[in-house]
Amino acid sequence: MGRYVIRRLLQMIPVFIGTTLLIFLMVNVMGDPTAALCGDKACDPATQAALREQFHLDKPLVQQYLIYLGNIFQGDFGTAFNGDSVSDLMLRAYPVTIKLTFVAIVFEIVIGIGLGVITGLRRGKPIDTGVLVLTLVVISVPTFVTGLVAQLLFGMQWGIVKPSVAYEAPLSELILPGLVLASVSLAYVTRLTRTSVAENARSDYVRTAVAKGLPRRRIIWRHLLRNSLIPVVTFIGTDIGALMGGAIVTERIFNIRGVGYQLYQGILHQSSPTVVGFVTVLVIVFLLANLIVDLLYAVLDPRIRYA
Amino acid sequence: MPEPVTPVTVEAQLTPGAPEGGGAEGPARSLWSDAWRSLRRNPVFIVSALIILFLVIVAIWPQLLASGDPNDCDLAHGQDTSSSGHPFGYDAQGCDVYTRTVYGARASITVGVCATAGVALLGGILGALAGFFGRWADALLSRVADIFFGIPVILGGLVLLSVVTSTTVWPVVGFIVLLGWPQISRIARGSVITVKENDYVHAARTLGASNSRILLRHILPNAIAPVIVVATIALGTYIALEATLSFLGVGLKPPAVSWGIDISNAAPYIRNAPHMLLYPAGALALTVLAFIMLGDAVRDALDPKLR
Repeated sequence: MGRYVIRRLLQMIPVFIGTTLLIFLMVNVMGDPTAALCGDKACDPATQAALREQFHLDKPLVQQYLIYLGNIFQGDFGTAFNGDSVSDLMLRAYPVTIKLTFVAIVFEIVIGIGLGVITGLRRGKPIDTGVLVLTLVVISVPTFVTGLVAQLLFGMQWGIVKPSVAYEAPLSELILPGLVLASVSLAYVTRLTRTSVAENARSDYVRTAVAKGLPRRRIIWRHLLRNSLIPVVTFIGTDIGALMGGAIVTERIFNIRGVGYQLYQGILHQSSPTVVGFVTVLVIVFLLANLIVDLLYAVLDPRIRYA
Repeated sequence: MPEPVTPVTVEAQLTPGAPEGGGAEGPARSLWSDAWRSLRRNPVFIVSALIILFLVIVAIWPQLLASGDPNDCDLAHGQDTSSSGHPFGYDAQGCDVYTRTVYGARASITVGVCATAGVALLGGILGALAGFFGRWADALLSRVADIFFGIPVILGGLVLLSVVTSTTVWPVVGFIVLLGWPQISRIARGSVITVKENDYVHAARTLGASNSRILLRHILPNAIAPVIVVATIALGTYIALEATLSFLGVGLKPPAVSWGIDISNAAPYIRNAPHMLLYPAGALALTVLAFIMLGDAVRDALDPKLR
């Protein structure tokens, strides 16, 4: 187990370097960030040169990247061009997005797996068809449309929740945005669980368990669910990264000051340290989530052993 | 991972000399004719195929349904609701929502079809080669795929597409192909690895068949089913992605007519004039729904495990 984790962590290094380099190059395509600082007017050449030197923009790209990487390992993500330290921005933004993602994951687990088990055990019944149609509709409506319509209905027409989230983003105000963020994944989790449960319900070990006379509840929880959850856990694990990245749309609609908001501002103002820094952390979260998923396999399925 | 190999195809491969239709069950059925038979009887397939046919016709000849020009706007009518001759009313700029909704199909269908074709080709070829040759080719490709997989899609779009000034669909298509291919390459790789261990592949190799012949004649027909399924479903999600990017202001740009742009323009007025948002959003959802339903039907037909 320990050796496996170390090998996986080592394998992450090239992926981490590749992704950050790719993002670094992409951000560089955005154009000269110092130009954006001067607004619509042309920049004073001396100021611009000083800024370029301060942010190492006068050096070759590879060197810029190496300097950046070196700074990251010292915990310094650089300074956004308006003077805020990127680490400070992260400390403000990440807790908000993590809360939002947490709400979304809880919805996925509770509603998604719950509905999946119910429909998987009742394949072909009206409730199965109904839920299946519902998931199709939810998947088909893009998140930004779901968000806007939910905001219109719950926030403005019926006034159940506030249409816009407060600056501190308390958990209670994140319930609707969390549900919107989770919606598409929620539908996928439901369908995945349903297929998996339906498939395993016909397996030999379930028949054996039934034949042994075990109570239905125990068969479902101990035998069926545990074996059916492997693909679902994979999906939810890889979804953590996607949710945090996808939060950009939800956060924009509900005016949440999280990672998506900061990234959007960073891109708008061509602040490359902000963009690269936030994406770097997102990539680390994504890679770690994948590792945890692989380790969870061994917990769910004792046949899987990592030497 | 769906098993694409049915006993029927294996049998057909092992007895090449047997005359077709020699059995008592009538003509020998391949996986494909088998799938086609079950598709034709599936109402979900028929409905979604009809919707898609309709959308494709509208995308090619929008004049059939709407006589006006989508960019012919009259500010005097701004935000007006439906009136005679203008069933969907007007948007904030006084453009006819019905005409714009009809013309918006072209952008969505073009992006969806072209991006899917690009992703399937690039991802399919790379994944098949990695799965077939294994070793360093596989290791290299898997790591590169990991790198692209690690970049949050919407975020990558915001960064890369924010510099594009072109008003055509091609930057968006190129972007989706760039970030979308790992998904297909993983499926293709896994599928090829499963198929290449089959007896008929070993038999072909023993008979001295070349790599390209084994790959094209023996592996490809049996490994391509999961790729087709995932690509069909992905088509719907790519359409949603284009709309999301356009909503964020980096996808298609005016004067291009796109549902995403219209939804984005309507969002600030959602409280007073929800009709401006609901019609293009409805069209978008219907389109995505049709493609996802088609993908579902195709999967049910190609995946004998679930029958």
